[in-house]
Amino acid sequence: MTTPKDFGFDDDINMLKDTYAKFLLEQKTTESLRPSLKGTEDPYHGSPRPAYFDTQNWQKTVELGMHAVAIPEAQGGIGMGLVAATALAEEIGRYALPTPLSNNLLAAFILRQAPTDSAKQLLEDMASGLCAALALYGEDGSLEADSTDVQFSDGKLLGSAWYVTDAQKCDVLIVAAQCQDGIDLFRVNRTDPTVELSPDRIVDLTRDQARVAFHATDAEPLTEQGQGSRCLNLALPALLTLTAADIAGAAEWQLQATADYAKVRHQFDHPLGFFQAVKHPIVDMMIATDETRSLVYQAAAAFDFDPDDAARCAHLAKSSASDTAEFCANRSTQLHGGIGFTWEADVQIYHKRQMHSQFMFGDGVWQRAKLAELL
Amino acid sequence: MSDKTLTPEQAEFQDFCRAWLQENKPAPHPTPLPQAAYEVTDPSHLTYLTEWQAKCYEAGLIASDLPKQYGGHGMTDCQQIASNEVRSAGVPYFINWIGLGMAVPTLLECGTEAQKETFLPPIFSAEHIWCQGFSEPGAGSDLASLQASAVKEGDQWIINGSKVWTSLGHFAQYMLLLARQDKNDKYGGITYFLAPMDQPGITVKPIHKMTGESGFNEVFLDNAIVGDHLRVGNVGDGWKVAMATLTSERGAGVGVGAVVGESPMAVMQQVIQLAKDTRRNGQRVWDDPVWRDRIVKVYERTEASLYNGRRARVKALNGGAMRIPLQGKLTGSEISQSLHQIALGILGLKSSLYVGDEHAPANGKWPLGYMNTYTGTISGGSSEIQRNILGERVLGLAKSK
Repeated sequence: MTTPKDFGFDDDINMLKDTYAKFLLEQKTTESLRPSLKGTEDPYHGSPRPAYFDTQNWQKTVELGMHAVAIPEAQGGIGMGLVAATALAEEIGRYALPTPLSNNLLAAFILRQAPTDSAKQLLEDMASGLCAALALYGEDGSLEADSTDVQFSDGKLLGSAWYVTDAQKCDVLIVAAQCQDGIDLFRVNRTDPTVELSPDRIVDLTRDQARVAFHATDAEPLTEQGQGSRCLNLALPALLTLTAADIAGAAEWQLQATADYAKVRHQFDHPLGFFQAVKHPIVDMMIATDETRSLVYQAAAAFDFDPDDAARCAHLAKSSASDTAEFCANRSTQLHGGIGFTWEADVQIYHKRQMHSQFMFGDGVWQRAKLAELL
Repeated sequence: MSDKTLTPEQAEFQDFCRAWLQENKPAPHPTPLPQAAYEVTDPSHLTYLTEWQAKCYEAGLIASDLPKQYGGHGMTDCQQIASNEVRSAGVPYFINWIGLGMAVPTLLECGTEAQKETFLPPIFSAEHIWCQGFSEPGAGSDLASLQASAVKEGDQWIINGSKVWTSLGHFAQYMLLLARQDKNDKYGGITYFLAPMDQPGITVKPIHKMTGESGFNEVFLDNAIVGDHLRVGNVGDGWKVAMATLTSERGAGVGVGAVVGESPMAVMQQVIQLAKDTRRNGQRVWDDPVWRDRIVKVYERTEASLYNGRRARVKALNGGAMRIPLQGKLTGSEISQSLHQIALGILGLKSSLYVGDEHAPANGKWPLGYMNTYTGTISGGSSEIQRNILGERVLGLAKSK
């Protein structure tokens, strides 16, 4: 094991994490989200849910410099690695924060793998606060990161990207498209008139998602000669680790919220936590969360310090995280009893975020199939 | 190649351990050793294992970090390195696992100077084998309901009662003994002793496990005598001292040496290999995606345990000092059990062939090992008790009893 004993969490990163966590605590994230949900509850009769974007929160995030953590210094960023980004992603998950920061971190790690001037330019623009989202998936949501239905020919993009997170919050899209030489990545302005956004009605209340159709859209190549797949594959460990970190943060919230509830809610003359049928599954939530957290920190450290082992460690982290997301979401609702099943309880917000995160960049079964190839 | 995160002294010690273990690895005993130290019953195995432990102690692989006055080697942050190297060297386990894993931390934390100086060195050298006298026929998970009595007469205590599941009791010179000096005070009525086993008042009778092996015993205490100088802690403080012992047994203690045989990851690798080598229904078991997923899930959890161990020592990331250490015994034993269940599944009907059958894969190691994983999930506080402890001490949930 050639990663640092503290997983690379040095003083700078611990301070970064604390600063961001403190900021999010003050934001009262789920409370701030609530007003935007009013009137959208009923899936049959309610109004469509608008993409919730707390622009003040994003502005403050940019002022704090969090958006530039993973952008290289040469492009005006802070130039930190995946350990630092993972620290932020975990806090985003812990506060179930609807923020484009998640996708901007992912985008930075993809662009860092591209040697082109256009990729460097985009990183520079992102360092100035431009917001990016990823358009990588086709309709089947295939778990391979480079399986896109979008075509690039004669300088134009045609076709649709599916499951584009933060589509309504972003300024630019990073689009994976099939080209003559394979997959390449392109930069597209979200407001381009040939880009048609169809927001999805999704389960997760903390993210917005859309299908994005390109009707002969002008696009600037970010990679060339089919090097897009290579970029995505090199960045995949970072994408997996950051998504797993989000899950770990949310799972820790679910654990603590469930334990707290089991202390205050009384039945049969005892707090719920007195009963082993409740106590033991809460402990199992802790065990699952701790396994995921350790694997996430190791995956981040491997990416920064031991790149040869990064893919294995990232698949391990997301394998664990996907299962933990499912398990902790399931137990948190069940052990809260009736109240956990209501719209009113925050448990549902986290539950649905975990349901979404579980499948992002591949579920546990897919990660383990990939791992098996390495064993 | 040495680990890059080590100091030069540690790296040098690591190189020394590797070279020494390579050079001094003992030839196999003519008859196979049981899978773990707590199953040893053959006196020739005892001699072989005692010699091996003494040699490792002499070389500095045991008690590396402890002060010289207690028989230690006076090094700094080297024990973990030695233990890791011992675990991965494919060498025999240390026979005196209760001495090393439980008596040593208890004495270091709660013993008198005289007790430490007298008892620690012979534990390290395996000159004195130790056993543990906590559980009784009527006191298992509810350990504090134990009934063995201790009555003071002059400067001696007279002990009566019986103890059960006493591993190595048939070889031991000393027992970590809990006995009750006050019947009316459940927790405050217990006192902790170091009881000499070689005396007329103590009878040891073997118990056979579901595997058919022995290794643990019932111990009858019939007017057994223990000097008051062999009491650990104050009269009535036995429960507190026992908690120190149990904390180490549950994987949270400082640790003075490796006591187990193969590392969990070594067993994991064997199971992966087993799946690659075993053919059924026209394909390798490893090529069956259902089996492969189950195997890799346990691989993932085994890796997670390793990194949990590392994270436990990182204050900014561990969520509190005891949160991860108190999980160690529970997750380690349950992961091991799942892994063995999978090994049996890989073998299918071949797993019916037991130790001694000429066709049994690895001489029946997998079914034997599977049954023995219940030692881990039941002893030292069953998994159910571990979940109570974690829920109450780490998460602050109401005490179940």
